Amino acid sequence: MDVPLSYYLCLSAILFAVGAAGVLTRRNVIVVFMCIELMLNAVNLTLVAFSAYLGSIAGQVLVLFVMAVAAAEAAVGLAIVISVYRNRQSVDIDDINILKW
Amino acid sequence: MTGAELTGLAVLLPLAGFLLNGLLGAKLRSEALSGIAGSGAVAGSFCVACTCFVQLLGLPPGARTIDVPFFPWIAAGGLHADVAFQVDQLSVVMMLIVTGVGFLIHVYSIGYMHGDPGFARFFAYLNLFIVAMLILILADNFLLMFLGWEGVGLCSYLLIGFWYDRKFEKGTTADAAKKAFVVNRIGDFGFLVGMFLIFVTFGSLRFQTVFSQAAALQVGAPVATLITLALFLGATGKSAQIPLFVWLPDAMAGPTPVSALIHAATMVTAGVYMVARCSVLYALAPASMAVVAVVGAATALMAATIGLVQNDIKKVLAYSTISQLGYMFLALGVGAFSAGIFHVMTHAFFKALLFLGSGAVIHAMHDEQDIRRMGGLRSALPVTFWTFLAGTLAIAGIPPLAGFFSKDEILWNAFARGSWVLWLAGVAGAGLTALYMFRLVALVFTGEPRWEKGTHPHEAPPAMTVPLLVLALLSAIGGFAGLPESLGGSNAFERWLEPVFAPAAEKMALVGFPGAFTEYLLMAVSVAVALAGTFLAYAWYTKRTDVPGALVKKFSGIYRVLLNKYYVDEVYDGTVVRPAVKIADTLLWKGVDVAVIDGIVNGLARAAQGAGDALRRVQTGVARNYILVFLTGAFLLVGWLLVR
Repeated sequence: MDVPLSYYLCLSAILFAVGAAGVLTRRNVIVVFMCIELMLNAVNLTLVAFSAYLGSIAGQVLVLFVMAVAAAEAAVGLAIVISVYRNRQSVDIDDINILKW
Repeated sequence: MTGAELTGLAVLLPLAGFLLNGLLGAKLRSEALSGIAGSGAVAGSFCVACTCFVQLLGLPPGARTIDVPFFPWIAAGGLHADVAFQVDQLSVVMMLIVTGVGFLIHVYSIGYMHGDPGFARFFAYLNLFIVAMLILILADNFLLMFLGWEGVGLCSYLLIGFWYDRKFEKGTTADAAKKAFVVNRIGDFGFLVGMFLIFVTFGSLRFQTVFSQAAALQVGAPVATLITLALFLGATGKSAQIPLFVWLPDAMAGPTPVSALIHAATMVTAGVYMVARCSVLYALAPASMAVVAVVGAATALMAATIGLVQNDIKKVLAYSTISQLGYMFLALGVGAFSAGIFHVMTHAFFKALLFLGSGAVIHAMHDEQDIRRMGGLRSALPVTFWTFLAGTLAIAGIPPLAGFFSKDEILWNAFARGSWVLWLAGVAGAGLTALYMFRLVALVFTGEPRWEKGTHPHEAPPAMTVPLLVLALLSAIGGFAGLPESLGGSNAFERWLEPVFAPAAEKMALVGFPGAFTEYLLMAVSVAVALAGTFLAYAWYTKRTDVPGALVKKFSGIYRVLLNKYYVDEVYDGTVVRPAVKIADTLLWKGVDVAVIDGIVNGLARAAQGAGDALRRVQTGVARNYILVFLTGAFLLVGWLLVR
């Protein structure tokens, strides 16, 4: 039984909205991180869905790239978080505002 | 290789001397080497000049113009300027004068500059001067001539300020050098304008092209008048004529051999040479010719009167030089071009001699230049005295010395081709010349010594006296090169230059020369005036020494005017220099530069800073703000894409 494309897109949109809302509202950097991952994966889902719908392999290839970048981003991001925590004893995103003029 | 083909060598030899002394002189620290290299290079150039002369002698008079091309220099659009020399009668005469007298002065400098810390630098500059002067003389187009013209100006500047740490009058020698340079710039402006006009009119800067085209113009063509007047402005700067003569007296701040070489014998005659070179153009412009003649006569008379009352031995000679240059322009102005060049030659001999003689006196008196503190030097400096006397007799126009023939030629032409007014001014100047020169001789060499005790004047070394003797000989017999027909000669000098000035002569109205009787009469008058001047000076400054003092008291007003050189410097200072400085200070510096230019630059910087200041507030450092902005933007973009 085929699931229609619109189902995938709706699910993806919901996941993306949840992620975006989390990034904007949560203050814990770890949670913000997880929300970013959620948004990335929502996009991945869209790509795979379109790939299957259109019978093109390109979408799946792009997903692999996104996952590789996401892994790298998670590694660097968590390293920064640990470094910031060691310096400031905090992972609250509102405390981390040193990157300005 | 013929002589003309060697002219490149004539320029390269002094250039090599300049490079050797300029680059290695300070390391070598050998006066003998510097002096011999410097003098030897000029001697080589003189030999080349001699071979050129011999080569031209072997050709028929009409074919004595040899082009020596080297390489194209500038080719842009219609403008073509080549580095090429034109060897003809006129340039060979100038070449012989410059290298011959130049060589003697180089040798003299070995003695005069002995012990000076800048010995090698001095010879480097002198050699560079010879290079530039030869380029000026030999160039076959106006642009290359201008290169030499500027080159000699530069050397003049460098050598006036040679003793840059010494005081000179109210300032330093550097001030005098700067004055010479700035005044010459005004003249150069005229030269440039003339050159532009020539290019616009004739489409070329090459002498032969320009002059052959100019021959087609009508006499009195306005463009010819404009060109010649502009060029004459250049000549007044370089050759120290009214109104730009003020730099030459100050140029005496330089070492005396420099005064002899550059500010008497050679460089200052560049203007005369240039006008003579452009004789065709001048022949087309009778109005310009009149200006040249009047300016020349006025300068001759004015400078002679100033020379009467100066007390610095070199200042007297400087004003004398200006006066003699005036005679040369008087000759050019009445169309007697070869007489002008003849006077260039004889003047080079006797004025170089007089300056070198004054150098020997200054040397003997340990840098004393005030003639009021000299006197009675005849016995201590016999060679200097006799050679100086020969030079004085020559410049005063006592026959049969060189100055008599050239000056008489000029006065005769001024009378025959010009007017009796010009002649009268010339004769009056000649009388004054005799007066101030013999005043100088009397005050320096005769009478009681007026110097301080402890000074022991001594005769100069042979390196200095031998050039004096050679120049004295030339001053004595040099005039016979131009022995006029009326005195049984054939005026060989004029015959030699005739082909060069033939195109100009064709353009000028033929004048009926008065008969031989008039010529003899005028000759007698000028000799009588010169003798009268001599006698007056002898009487006033050796026998009745109270007369000059009484005259000064009686005519104190005139005396003060003359002593202050007609206040020309003060007038220029008040009307030109100080307003210019004022304008530069208030309008150009504080107005244009600080307010406008700096204002624009600083304003732009301040605007950028302000904009950055405002925009940096956007960067809060709160990551969620960025995300919000980013997302809002993304939604807006998507929304726009959807509703579009």
